[in-house]
Amino acid sequence: MSTGQYKTIVKDGLWDNNGVFSMLLGMCPAMAMTTSATNGFGMGLATAVVMAASSLLVAAFRSRITQEIRIPVYILIVAAMVTLVDLAMNAWMHELYKVLGLFIPLIVSNCLPLARLEAFAAKSPVLPSFLDGLFMGLGFTIALTVIGAVREIIGSGTLFADASLLLGPAFKAMELRLLPADMGVLMMILPPGGFLATGLLVVAKRLLDLRAGKEIQMAGAHGVA
Amino acid sequence: MKEFVLMLIGAALVNNVILARFLGLCSFMGVTTRIDTAAGMGLATTFVITVSSMADWAVQRYLLDAYGLGFLRTVTFILVIASAVQFTEMTIRKVSPTLFQMLGIYLPLITTNCAVLGVALLLVEGHMGFLAATLFAFASSLGYSLVMVIFAGLRERLVLAQVPRLFAGPPIAFIVASLLAMAFMGFSGISTS
Repeated sequence: MSTGQYKTIVKDGLWDNNGVFSMLLGMCPAMAMTTSATNGFGMGLATAVVMAASSLLVAAFRSRITQEIRIPVYILIVAAMVTLVDLAMNAWMHELYKVLGLFIPLIVSNCLPLARLEAFAAKSPVLPSFLDGLFMGLGFTIALTVIGAVREIIGSGTLFADASLLLGPAFKAMELRLLPADMGVLMMILPPGGFLATGLLVVAKRLLDLRAGKEIQMAGAHGVA
Repeated sequence: MKEFVLMLIGAALVNNVILARFLGLCSFMGVTTRIDTAAGMGLATTFVITVSSMADWAVQRYLLDAYGLGFLRTVTFILVIASAVQFTEMTIRKVSPTLFQMLGIYLPLITTNCAVLGVALLLVEGHMGFLAATLFAFASSLGYSLVMVIFAGLRERLVLAQVPRLFAGPPIAFIVASLLAMAFMGFSGISTS
């Protein structure tokens, strides 16, 4: 593969085909785990690790996976990777693990990893598949962090609060308070805010794409799962 | 008895699977363009959630807990769910070929509906008894179906509305969902304790 193709993989993953804002896949963690930027970031990273590892494995074994039973095989590979991430986070990032809770095992039924395995890793060599999984995962991380940041700033006036508690002492400098404590609009942290923030951010991405002279993607919600 | 009624309301309305717990959002956005498909999907998912939750409960109690295999939970549950979906597919094909035709491609996709795995994990983590677990699963899936049908009704109207071009499609649907979630927050006043 040429460098041009790698560039496309990176750009597609991070922006053009962003899992959340363009393809509208993996919406459940994108709304449930974005009550703060830190949670969104942690959730995104866990998903990115699972995606990169499972894309690598599927690409490596793609000639041995029978066409008829490929979906169960993909799901099992993803489930195995999720179990590894689940155990590792429980051991080394226990605070974050407690916050994300249910949504770590639920990466299995996140449609984004499965969609990338089916659309890319099943028919590409190992290295591009790994990169596709990784950058799709990082795009997901960015999306979740942005949704989390918007909801956190409006909802509680902070940004990356508790980052040092959840990710490690090195992240202490990231913790900011932008608005006084009593200025927060509680609704943005509650469930309705998740839908509202995501909807408006999809519009924002369309607007930016339109400014850049790109075709905006009107389709969406084609990930019926 | 009173306990069970409160639990039914709690799982179906107060902690609604879609609007409060954010589970099953892909199908919530994907198959709610028409009321009849949304209702069919709700029905099939209700069946799958109830059956697979009962099976998952038994697997957790008599296999994973009994032999100390807790770390295999995710892998095992997803296999049980995939089998339950296959079973549902066979049953629906036998009982109602019309519904089978209508749901078509959406049926196998229930496997990756996170509401199914989510409800199973919730009831296992809640350490419920068998009866309570079954009721919880059934009530949660009823709440899921209810919201699917309501949202499909809203979206059928939405198609006719004049929406700014940038908001067309998913964004306006998200904003409508946000209003619906706000309405459902009203139920949180019902105390389930």
